[in-house]
Amino acid sequence: MFYRLSGIHHANYVSDSRIFKVPADRNLAAFVFLFGLAAPFILPSLYLNSYMLPWLIWTAAALGLNLVTGWAGQLHLGYAAVMAVGAYSAIHAARFGVPWEFALIIGGLASSVIGSLFAFAALRVKGLYLALTTLAMQFVMDWVLTHSPAISGGSHASLQSPTLALLGQEITSDTGYYYVAFGWCVLVTIFMLNLKRTGLGRALVAVREKDFAAAILGVNSFYYKILAFATSSFIAGVSGALLVATFFFLAAPEQFSVAVSIQVLAMVIVGGLGSIIGSYFGVALILLVPGLVNGFVATASQSLGMQINVETLAHIPNAVYGALIVIILLIEPLGLGKLYGNIRDYLLVWPFDQLRK
Amino acid sequence: MDWIFLSELAINGALTGLLYSLFAIGLVLIYKASSVPNLAQGGLTMVGAYVVLALSHDAGLPLWLAIPLAAVIMFGLGFGIERVALRRLAGRPVVMILMLTLGLDIFLRGTTLAIWGGTSRSMELGVSYEPLFMGDIFISRIHLVGAGVAIGLFVAFMLFFRSRTGIKLRAIADDYMASWSVGISVERGVGLSWALASVVAVAAGVIWGEIQGVDQALSLLLLKGLTVAVLGGLDSILGAVVAGIILGIVENVGSDFLDPLVGGGSRELIVAAVLILTVMIRPHGLFGRHDIERV
Repeated sequence: MFYRLSGIHHANYVSDSRIFKVPADRNLAAFVFLFGLAAPFILPSLYLNSYMLPWLIWTAAALGLNLVTGWAGQLHLGYAAVMAVGAYSAIHAARFGVPWEFALIIGGLASSVIGSLFAFAALRVKGLYLALTTLAMQFVMDWVLTHSPAISGGSHASLQSPTLALLGQEITSDTGYYYVAFGWCVLVTIFMLNLKRTGLGRALVAVREKDFAAAILGVNSFYYKILAFATSSFIAGVSGALLVATFFFLAAPEQFSVAVSIQVLAMVIVGGLGSIIGSYFGVALILLVPGLVNGFVATASQSLGMQINVETLAHIPNAVYGALIVIILLIEPLGLGKLYGNIRDYLLVWPFDQLRK
Repeated sequence: MDWIFLSELAINGALTGLLYSLFAIGLVLIYKASSVPNLAQGGLTMVGAYVVLALSHDAGLPLWLAIPLAAVIMFGLGFGIERVALRRLAGRPVVMILMLTLGLDIFLRGTTLAIWGGTSRSMELGVSYEPLFMGDIFISRIHLVGAGVAIGLFVAFMLFFRSRTGIKLRAIADDYMASWSVGISVERGVGLSWALASVVAVAAGVIWGEIQGVDQALSLLLLKGLTVAVLGGLDSILGAVVAGIILGIVENVGSDFLDPLVGGGSRELIVAAVLILTVMIRPHGLFGRHDIERV
């Protein structure tokens, strides 16, 4: 009923490899896209700036990590370090006078180069040991950032981002920042949607499932692993640069610490490995819910007349954040994307599946 | 070259390293039984320290009673964590298990701080801060006590693994299916390993809490503990002790050489480098089993 399937026959390969096989999905995506376009006129600017904008940029970043962890199956616990490389190179380039369009690309490419170093670990080991190596590399990158004033911006260890300007237009309004983030997120989403149906995407999945078997099929797993790391690092670099340029306005090493790496991985896994819509849900859950719960607890305690310690209140979001990861993994290890898929599968045949029972 | 200074660095490094082992033994116990990398060990250590504090300072029990009581509580907590969380993810890909333990770590840290607050508190074990002089070399007493505890735990676990329950745990570590088929309760064994690791976390929490104060920094030991566990081979307790001593010496002596060159703070760098080099050169560590799948 909700997903009308009558008259949909995929009779050739071109139609079978469409991004949206059911028109209802396409309509839903179009509706969400239009809502995204109209958001600055609908939502108050506080929501736009403090919820929608970080949500979109983190989603783009999480999709990049999903490419390497969900598609290519390589664990990555140093993603924030790669984002940091992109952010710092782009901002240094922009401060040097390079136009922002090129500065963003420079940031992405610099991330690609450094991110490919992580891939060399992936060529040696996999699974847990890869996770530990990338974690150690994250610590090394953190150390380099905090110990080299030339990169991190002197004694205060913070680097002011110059005003963002794209296509000759200086961007200073909230709406402008939002559209930049929205555009980048849409771009990455379209890339990831198409990845599924290209040879590259299938090769990555083959490498994930079993690299020996992929090698037998003629898929060079070394090449595709490096490619996956380089591509995801590019996305990470540009996302990191945009995050600083439109949200933080100031680059500091702690914005890209180990905890952030873990947070992005949590977004991807809670959302569902290899699921694009899941990444949107995962980022929303991890980024927004702890703050909302905290606000709820604060108001609830006030209206009930209870005194909650300030320190307790400060640490509740962390506890909620950890609990969310654990609970989602226990309910559905494949993440929110899978939960969404289950609901969709149920609605797909909705009134009629009752007949079988 | 000042040999006395160097040997002082080495001995104190070795003692600190044994304290890392104290942390790593917990990781190894769980990895041995269930091949689960327990990234929540830092959180457990923190909870352990805070429970001891809550019993001794807040409830007013003497320390000799508070520590065993905390060990009992943590034993139950470890069992509970395995029962509620880990068992349901058994057999899932390692990325999900890693994430689950990371989530547990964040949750334990957040809850502990929400209950007891984040200000650093001291353990007040009653070990004097007077340095101990051995010839010209001076040694911190608390480090010596901690190293003693680490070695004591090591001996205890060596004996434990010869007992009937210990042999069952070794069988589980060797082969799940085979242990199942001879009637060993694998679930209970894995639960026991979590419980024991939580008890080890109490020991680590008390000693480290005395050295650096009981606060959030306790969970930052994770990288060092992981490095020690990997260097020793993730499933060898002897490896954890030996690797702890090695890492402690390398870190202490190495940072003394490197700090003037890079302007301080090279300890983290050395630890991360040791971890990367171990995984690259010898992923199964010094004493680990060789069945690590290379790409």
